[in-house]
Amino acid sequence: MINEIINMNGYGLYVWSSFIFTLVSFGFLYVVTKLNLIKEKKKFEKNFKVLDENKVVSANKQKTYREILANTHTSKV
Amino acid sequence: MINYFNPNNTLQIINKIQKLVFALFVIVLMLGLIEALILSPEDYKQSDSVRIMYVHVPSAWISLGIFSVISILSFGVFIFKNKNFSLITKSLAPSGFVFSIVALVTGSIWGKPTWGTWWAWDARITSMLLLSIFYLLFILSWRITTDTDKAQRISSFIAIIGLINIPVIKFSVEWWNTLHQPASVNILEETTIHSSMLTPLVIMTAAFALFSLLIFLMKYNTELLKIKNKGLNRL
Repeated sequence: MINEIINMNGYGLYVWSSFIFTLVSFGFLYVVTKLNLIKEKKKFEKNFKVLDENKVVSANKQKTYREILANTHTSKV
Repeated sequence: MINYFNPNNTLQIINKIQKLVFALFVIVLMLGLIEALILSPEDYKQSDSVRIMYVHVPSAWISLGIFSVISILSFGVFIFKNKNFSLITKSLAPSGFVFSIVALVTGSIWGKPTWGTWWAWDARITSMLLLSIFYLLFILSWRITTDTDKAQRISSFIAIIGLINIPVIKFSVEWWNTLHQPASVNILEETTIHSSMLTPLVIMTAAFALFSLLIFLMKYNTELLKIKNKGLNRL
């Protein structure tokens, strides 16, 4: 059974290489996208931490900033 | 629908559904892989090499679908001057590009046992290669151009020009004599593929669509954060 699945009537190399290439491409795209997202979140946190009090109050009033901060480690909001 | 992707609502939506989409993708992909590699029957002519279809065809469909959406929204960028449209198209492009590459590579691998060659300058294959080039140009236009407005115009122009290629890909197998077989799955006409093969094809297409949605949400979130990072400096 296992040998049949691996061998695929002699087409195993073609079938498995197609599936592996697809999954590796997906994995690569996912990791790159995730890393970029984390990088931007960290950048945002870093920028937010150096804001003065007035700017923090102003940022707190905006819904989008609250949403971003709710998903980062920054505890100013 | 467009309002649904309003930047002010998006972060909330993304954070809520991203994990759900990821979990759904893993489940549907597992089901699809079991169906495609184990449960579905071999073809009477192509034997087990037909299983390549379960990654090749969904990739081609989704890369075509994504480019069509990008092109239509690019008209919106020109007509309505809506910057959110260009944010959506920019976020859709990476997954569309990867799907077009997967379709080309898996098609090439499938071509070797079926046609006896890895590559042929056939109408369908060449037009698919053109689609990948359009995707690449679209992504590069954002990377190379530093001025956002200029990048928006250039990328939208590339997407609109690339739209001409979409019907060429679709009808290439009818307009020219090609190595590539005609479509077996049709919406308006009778589908010639057996249900035992259609089921894994549909499941794999659903899995790939969920993956492209996941990447889109993550990329859109990243783009939004980039804008907000700039905005933070101007507060």
